[in-house]
Amino acid sequence: MYSDQYRYTKEHEWVLVDGPTGTVGITHHAQSELGDIVYVDLPKAGALVTQGKAMGSVESVKAVSDIYSPVTGEVVEVNNALVTAPEKLNEDPHGQAWLVKVKLSSPDEVNGLMSASDYQSYIGAS
Amino acid sequence: MRYLPKSDSERRQMLDAIGAGSLDELVAHLPATARLNRPLAIAPGKSEYEIVDYFRGAGERNAAGYASFLGAGVYSHYRPVLVDVVASRGEFLTSYTPYQAEIAQGTLTTIFEFQTMICQLTGMDVANASMYDGSTAVPEAAMMAIRITGRSRILISRAVHPEYRAVLECHARNQQMPVEEFGYDAATGASDLVDLEKKLNAETAAVIIQNPNFFGNLEQVKAAAELAHKHGAMLAVVFTEAVSLGLLEPPREADIVCGELQSFAISPSYGGPYAGIIAAKEKYLRQMPGRLVGQTKDSRGNRAFCLTLSTREQHIRREKATSNICTNQALVALMATVFMTVYGKEGLRELARQNLSKAHYLAGKLNPRFTAPFFHEFVVNTGKRSPAEINSKLLERKIIGGLDLERFYPELKGHMLLCATEMAKRKDMDAVAEVLNA
Amino acid sequence: MIKKVRPHLNQDEALLFERSSPGKRAYQLRGLDVPDVDPAAALGASHVRAEIEHFPEVSEVEAIRHFTKLSTQNYAIDYGMYPLGSCTMKYNPRINELVARTEGIAWAHPYQPESLAQGCLQVLAALESALIEICGMDAVTLQPAAGAHGEWTGIMLIRALLESRGNPRKRILVPDSAHGTNPATAAMTGYAVENIASNDRGMIDLAALDRAANDEIAALMVTNPSTLGIFEENIMKAAEILHSRGALVYMDGANMNALVGLARPGDFGIDVMHLNLHKTFSTPHGGGGPGAGPVAVKKELDAFLPVPRLKRLGETLALDYDRPQSIGKVRAYYGNFGVLVRALAYILAHGGPGLRNATLDAILNANYIRKQLEPYYDLPYKSPSMHECVFSDDLQSAKGVRTGDIAKRLIDYGFHPYTVSFPLIVRGALMIEPTETESKMELDLFIDAMISIAKEVENEPETVLKAPHLTRTSRVDEVTAARKPILRWTPPAEG
Repeated sequence: MYSDQYRYTKEHEWVLVDGPTGTVGITHHAQSELGDIVYVDLPKAGALVTQGKAMGSVESVKAVSDIYSPVTGEVVEVNNALVTAPEKLNEDPHGQAWLVKVKLSSPDEVNGLMSASDYQSYIGAS
Repeated sequence: MRYLPKSDSERRQMLDAIGAGSLDELVAHLPATARLNRPLAIAPGKSEYEIVDYFRGAGERNAAGYASFLGAGVYSHYRPVLVDVVASRGEFLTSYTPYQAEIAQGTLTTIFEFQTMICQLTGMDVANASMYDGSTAVPEAAMMAIRITGRSRILISRAVHPEYRAVLECHARNQQMPVEEFGYDAATGASDLVDLEKKLNAETAAVIIQNPNFFGNLEQVKAAAELAHKHGAMLAVVFTEAVSLGLLEPPREADIVCGELQSFAISPSYGGPYAGIIAAKEKYLRQMPGRLVGQTKDSRGNRAFCLTLSTREQHIRREKATSNICTNQALVALMATVFMTVYGKEGLRELARQNLSKAHYLAGKLNPRFTAPFFHEFVVNTGKRSPAEINSKLLERKIIGGLDLERFYPELKGHMLLCATEMAKRKDMDAVAEVLNA
Repeated sequence: MIKKVRPHLNQDEALLFERSSPGKRAYQLRGLDVPDVDPAAALGASHVRAEIEHFPEVSEVEAIRHFTKLSTQNYAIDYGMYPLGSCTMKYNPRINELVARTEGIAWAHPYQPESLAQGCLQVLAALESALIEICGMDAVTLQPAAGAHGEWTGIMLIRALLESRGNPRKRILVPDSAHGTNPATAAMTGYAVENIASNDRGMIDLAALDRAANDEIAALMVTNPSTLGIFEENIMKAAEILHSRGALVYMDGANMNALVGLARPGDFGIDVMHLNLHKTFSTPHGGGGPGAGPVAVKKELDAFLPVPRLKRLGETLALDYDRPQSIGKVRAYYGNFGVLVRALAYILAHGGPGLRNATLDAILNANYIRKQLEPYYDLPYKSPSMHECVFSDDLQSAKGVRTGDIAKRLIDYGFHPYTVSFPLIVRGALMIEPTETESKMELDLFIDAMISIAKEVENEPETVLKAPHLTRTSRVDEVTAARKPILRWTPPAEG
């Protein structure tokens, strides 16, 4: 479930780096803790996001959680399908339900994020 | 005491079950220094008829039995009997906020109907389940515009209710929300759109006007919307006289509509409780403050209603909430819902037309100060005599005259604001005209 | 065994819009005694609307049946106990409703001359002095429209006082057991929020408070009794700490029903507080408002109170707007006057001694429930209870049953649920506040129901997990409601 291609944050986001661009999402663990997701608030294309800073939020019926960007850069693409179908975040958080694509301004910073095995032991431990 | 349903022997049994010797023993743990060691200095309890007498006496010290031409945000309209019949039902009166949808469909359904009717009346797509009142709805609309536009400045017309502007000012003070006013046209009595255009800039989040405005005059809503939108700002339209919506073109060009429903069968009651509303275009739904009821299904597949989108609210979002408001004004909104039901599509229009006819009859005998069209309120110059003098003459005839405008508009010294609703009688209007024209 | 309810037929009801048919009416206006005015001529055609599309058109008979049938789908205090913790759902005396409709009061216009509003001003003055006496404070404003509005007003007053002393400061301390409104209010008044943890007895941790209370702290916002129903035994020491650092203490008066006639916030160090008249003082909740949230203050805050203030000129009362240090207007006019009338009627009915007796009965009821349910539900904090008690679902969650499920099952037994999952410092909280309104018989039925449910959790957890079973509406799909919001009725598509 947790691909070795991705890097993970303590706030339960993932990023997949492909050349100059990083694709960002929330983890399976995050969606499962939230329960039925009813709404997602994402930054607009062109917005600047910073590693570790809130870039949007995701809501279930009775809770709302901030989404923290795992990387720094400019948002180049937003997964607008999630606005009308937030349930995709429950169904396929690591695939179809990616959130944004970011043009990385400091690609090296992903090295500070967790690997799949580190993340799995992190969520196992918490 | 009649509100305490226990006999002393039952209290004894309960104390025995707890293992306490007396009621006082239950609170023996309170720190001695924090305790009140004397009885409250409040007279012993009174019977029902003493209480009725007390308030009847208070009512008699007020202005019972006077005809009134006061409006200025609070209007005297007939209250259909059904309103209190419904609002007095214990199931509505004594129920809590409908968080438990399975046993609150009554309240939830009426709120859904309320939201629908407010949309139909205002020309907006979504409406909330009500706010405290019209005055507090204004800063809520302003903050909503700030969240949506990412800008910080509010431009509000001086022809908006002065107390509403004061409430906005009070809210703005702590929230880095600069508020600037723009003027009204001294001839027409409508907002001065030239002044508005001068003051609009790239920092303006919202332009706020009232329609009909505080002077009773109609605003150029469409032109104001075009100006605001041209500068990337939103237009919020306030109303204080909901009955006018029976006849007037709704502010469809606005982005946000907020207002006061007191006219819909809510007693003037010396200023409250009333019910405010906020309605908006669909795309701004997520930034709306206040409770919302939505339609869904229950697990057996039947239509049902529930509170929804509650993640916007304070109890979940805490310091990130869109507003700190918890309550709506459900019972007052219910009264308005019954009022709208009783009058319905034809009745609200007919009622509004009667208001128009009465006020224009009175205005026809006087000389209104402003030239813009008006609904059921208008400003008159009281000439050589002050409004206070006119009003004291009217009081001798058991008539409460108009509002002396100098209090809010120094430049309108010697002017009063008169209002005539469907309750105004021709003989009283003739008397007002006679005193003013003497 | 369910002892309080049996199913009865309950009628379906369509929406108003589905009942409408052109030409039906429930009104008749009086004939005009002046000439009819043509709207287009008077206002200009562009200002006049076409018909209000799809607005209801029903008869009077249908209107009354509509609302009556809908009303029967609500639970209400008039049916029985409403054990919502922190909400103080007590009996709403009907005399209050009657007197609020007294003609000279209900029809009083806020701008009528003060000489013709002396009755209203007399009511305001009487309520002000009663609340000052009950709270042990020096002044009160009756203007805030609800508890949260009162909180906001109170923090604005604190900011104004501190500003007048030269520095409004930056942060407000909020205990982790606080109501969600407290942090929302602090944020809305331009303050950052700093949480402080409670100690293992559910009270303010004085050592933590001492560390946190530096010169950037404007105030501590405290609820006393706390949301655990526990009186803060160190409240006076806490106040001393704050005062010694030039900060103030704000009290959320949501739980004042535990204190009236027993202890006065003004006597235990509180500087500013709000009251919820719709809780402690019996004004009806009405399905979610109107309320009223008066704010009581110590004298150093008096000058900042919202305008207008009442002033006495010999025998008459007047409204005073000449208050240069006032924070201004928190709402139009003078507050939810009709709610204030009801609260005063309640105070008159009880009188001083009666108010204290009501408080003691509320505490008796909570302790009785606590004692009877303690063998069946986990009680995480053992400090003495005031007017409410907080259990956790610790014993039941082992069977997969959570507080929310138990609450829903309680509906089948004929009760409104208690407050679920709050305060947040108790995992799986069941927060129960009976108020003084409940008879021993009703309390015994409630206790029976709770014990019976605890046994069901042991023997047939599915029954609890799928509850309620007996209501006309079963569990509603809140997820779809939030994902695909339908917030208004729209006509069915043609064909």
